[in-house]
Amino acid sequence: MAKIHVSTTINGEPTEFLCDAADSMLDALRDTLGLTGSKEGCGTGDCGACSITLDGRLVCSCLMLAAEADGHEIETIEGMAAPDKLHPLQQKFLESAALQCGICTPGMLVAAKSLLERNPNPTETEVRFWLAGNLCRCTGYDKIVRAVMETAADMREAAR
Amino acid sequence: MSDIRYLAPQTLDDAIAQYAAAEGAARILAGGTDLLVQMRSGLLKPSTILDVKKIPELTAIERTADGGFKIGAAISGAALEEDPDFGKAWPGVLEALNLIGSTQVQGRASMGGNLCNGSPAGDAVPALVAAGAVATIKGPNGSRELKVEDVPAGPGKTNLKPGEILVSFTFPARPKGSSDAYLRMIPRTEMDIAVVGVGVSLTLEGGTCTAARVGLGAVAPTVLLVEDAAKALIGSTLDDAAIEKAAAACSAACNPIDDKRGTIAYRTKVAGVLLKRTTAIAAERAGRT
Repeated sequence: MAKIHVSTTINGEPTEFLCDAADSMLDALRDTLGLTGSKEGCGTGDCGACSITLDGRLVCSCLMLAAEADGHEIETIEGMAAPDKLHPLQQKFLESAALQCGICTPGMLVAAKSLLERNPNPTETEVRFWLAGNLCRCTGYDKIVRAVMETAADMREAAR
Repeated sequence: MSDIRYLAPQTLDDAIAQYAAAEGAARILAGGTDLLVQMRSGLLKPSTILDVKKIPELTAIERTADGGFKIGAAISGAALEEDPDFGKAWPGVLEALNLIGSTQVQGRASMGGNLCNGSPAGDAVPALVAAGAVATIKGPNGSRELKVEDVPAGPGKTNLKPGEILVSFTFPARPKGSSDAYLRMIPRTEMDIAVVGVGVSLTLEGGTCTAARVGLGAVAPTVLLVEDAAKALIGSTLDDAAIEKAAAACSAACNPIDDKRGTIAYRTKVAGVLLKRTTAIAAERAGRT
């Protein structure tokens, strides 16, 4: 079967690639485009390690076909930092040791950024529910949740 | 896997022609949160994946002439939540849809997919039944309408005929004093499958319940419309006696399985408890409209 030609935008860059019909967006990102920041934890939408945004909405790239990206805008963890500066969430995760093995971290960061764009002042409950689809088997979540809350406070302060 | 075809038709007519041409070996892709998991596990091996999200009728949010809503079957919960009006008229439907899976899943999962997946525990379905939503279905022989409660045929099965595609849901206009709510029982706090789910939609006029519908999920092979529970509520002031009678009707309607998630006795009891709690939330919301 002929490959499918996909024209999309990834992290602001017009991007074209070829895929098979059954390839997931995660397959295309990691294996075709070399964007290996998004991780495959479960492949069934339970763990959130493959989180990306599609037209600004948080989704699991393992539960999306690569062919569906045609004509849409994708943002991945690779697009999060500025060329010379980490995103405030990334910086805070580092400073507060909100990661251990790191497999869940790209998904946590993409999901947390998506939350703070919608809600700059989330409660702890809102953070925990928003991140319920991002599983971490190392940290016990407390450091992650605190890092997101503190980043939100820092970003609110910076915006004043 | 590489012999699968991916089609993304731009019109409903093209989709129906392509779906019919595949002779039952095609699967509809809306949010994909069930389909892609089923394909990956080897449960499904479709010849064709028909992505319906480029079809305007399946992705539109419209107001109907009488003041109701027409919602495309493939719209995600996240997209529906962004609509400024739908959640005010139907907060119970919206909260049910956005109890499904994680934030990531809600970015993709749709009411149409939840209904057509055919799970008796689909969270959106009891709320849609309570809302009195009507499904518009189109196939090679034209268009027809089915009440949502008439769509499921059993676990994993629907009453859609070969070649038919679920297009949209129509919600009736809301009189003043109307609202709805959905609650489910799960052993965890999020990201779980309902052990029991109850949707209640009602209208209050001067403290008296003048209209009510009750949808009950995860306690029978299909989601149920519990007319006896609605009858107990209608005409009452939602006093304790009426609520007890409606709760008993929900428990009586149960025909659940016994499994690790909940025993028959437990599900039957919880159905009544949830009816009481859900009715209280719907009534409180209705009092604010």
